[in-house]
Amino acid sequence: MNDTISLLVVDDEQIVRDSLTKWFREDGYVVGAAENAAEALRLLQEQRWQIILLDIKMPGMDGMELQQRIREIDSHAIIIFITAHASVDTAVQALKCGAFDYITKPIDPDHLSHLVTNAIKQHALAMENLKLKEQVVEFSKPDEIIGEASQMKKVFEMIKTVAGTDTTVMIRGESGTGKELIARAIHANSQRRYFPIVTINCGAMPEGVLESELFGHERGAFTGAQYRRKGKLELADGGTLFLDEVGNIDMKTQMDLLRVIESKQFARVGGNEIIKVDFRIICATNKDLELAVQRGTFREDFYYRLNVFSISIPPLRERKGDIPPLVNYFLSKHRRTMGKNITSVSPEAMDMLVRYDWPGNVRELENAIERAMVVGKSCTLVPGDLPFQLSESNHEPLSGSLSDVERKHIAYVLDQQNWNITRSAEVLQIDRVTLYNKIHKYGLRRG
Amino acid sequence: MSCLRQAGAGITKQFYVLRMSSSVHIINSSSLSPDELEHVSRSVEAIIGARVHRSHLRVELERAFDSSRGQYNSSVLLAQLLSLKQSLPGKIIALVDVDLYVPVLTFVYGEAQLEGAAAIVSTHRLHNSFYGVDENRPLLIERVEKEIVHELGHTFGLFHCHQFECVMRSSTYVEEIDFKKATMCKECEGVLYRKVRGS
Repeated sequence: MNDTISLLVVDDEQIVRDSLTKWFREDGYVVGAAENAAEALRLLQEQRWQIILLDIKMPGMDGMELQQRIREIDSHAIIIFITAHASVDTAVQALKCGAFDYITKPIDPDHLSHLVTNAIKQHALAMENLKLKEQVVEFSKPDEIIGEASQMKKVFEMIKTVAGTDTTVMIRGESGTGKELIARAIHANSQRRYFPIVTINCGAMPEGVLESELFGHERGAFTGAQYRRKGKLELADGGTLFLDEVGNIDMKTQMDLLRVIESKQFARVGGNEIIKVDFRIICATNKDLELAVQRGTFREDFYYRLNVFSISIPPLRERKGDIPPLVNYFLSKHRRTMGKNITSVSPEAMDMLVRYDWPGNVRELENAIERAMVVGKSCTLVPGDLPFQLSESNHEPLSGSLSDVERKHIAYVLDQQNWNITRSAEVLQIDRVTLYNKIHKYGLRRG
Repeated sequence: MSCLRQAGAGITKQFYVLRMSSSVHIINSSSLSPDELEHVSRSVEAIIGARVHRSHLRVELERAFDSSRGQYNSSVLLAQLLSLKQSLPGKIIALVDVDLYVPVLTFVYGEAQLEGAAAIVSTHRLHNSFYGVDENRPLLIERVEKEIVHELGHTFGLFHCHQFECVMRSSTYVEEIDFKKATMCKECEGVLYRKVRGS
């Protein structure tokens, strides 16, 4: 069991080093010994030592100073000080510097045995805790936010600035711009990241339901409330509450929420028990809240309480340079989930994607790529794989004679279908011979 | 055969014969009577499986005495035993009544040279009277047996064991010695087998 535990004895007295080395070797530990700080630091460079027994008084660099150096090399090593003369000051200083404990020479074998057993347990727990935290970070990592445009770089800077604080953040942006993704990125980079981020879509719920969702309810609070239920405010305790579509909250709930934000306490619907909560608020809206305040449909005090730090996400049409990296990102994301080997987008298809205005923003783009990958037959997405509404948007305005319009339309469909005559004829709802005749008539050639 | 059963832990006859080819010399500088020492020797022989000889040599305790602590430095005594290697081939274990210490520790029940030739055991803290309780001679003999087997185990290269009942479990107070058995667990027995076969 102990063969993986390594222990370093640092003491200028050889007899102490020899005795402790022997004592711990009998326990099966890997034991090293150093007579001074320099040798200890050299051994620390060579391998990791989980437990370090450190003499406080040594010639040259003393134990206290050495401890600080050790911490720079390995912050997780457990340090136990050995002192010949126990003084409260030294002990307090050692413990303040992060030592696990200290022992006085001569050491009681029973004390030493318990101390090291506890140190090993503590070390194992610390390592497990670290591993679990890393896993939590991995699990709670939000999807990647893709953006190379200067507007997005500004957004990233703002996320970095505000994440470490507890400030309320309002994220503005059109539908589908990735407001929730930004909220998750702020949470994931905040001190609250080991607690939950609880999302509530305020626009999707009627008045009474939203109130119950936010505040929870006691049993029998209303018809159908058969159980006591915790609300989102309670669930978000310690973490972040993300209020999506905050502009859709009714006036009464706005007032109730304002009270909670101010006092950090509330009662469940139908209950009297005061529940204290601690959460950070991030909200998002695509509405013109300033106009809503002017019209009296959004409380001014609530608006000012929420609009402390505002982040605006530009629509996709204003940062077309981000479309190719986004397309590639969605391509690889859905390739994994679909198990389809579609690896690229043809230049024509990419051109279409860039020229499109994307009223539904990034969400619409992702849906378009996902759908194209479902229908795509080759390893490259071609214009024909893209949803039809894209092609409509790219269609040049119709003008000129009827034969001109027909020529342009046939050429367009042929391009869309990658000059697959059968499929093009199906789209045009004419037979293949007629299509060949039209191609010949208009002198169309594959570009 | 009864010895084999006592040694326990699935010991084979071949292994028993192999181990009997090694020998242990006990130097008694304690107050144990010849009969008690004979009993201890036979028990240790059965458990370790090595021939146990009683030596008439004595340990010079005075050289290891530390007047400031009122105790005897066990490492000094161990060095003294190692100097007897020429005249006593095999393992040497000394039994003393004095309170032993190693410089950094307040006391030790015994000390051994890991995978070496010598070991020492003190009866000082094995007496009930040390803890203010009525003396119990059979219990003392049992404790002595366990400590001798434990320290000899170290000389054969065994580390401390985590099995509660194994004689190789580390004991820092006397109740722990009473809790464990005088024999080794299967794992330690196996390690001992490999060590003896390899030597």
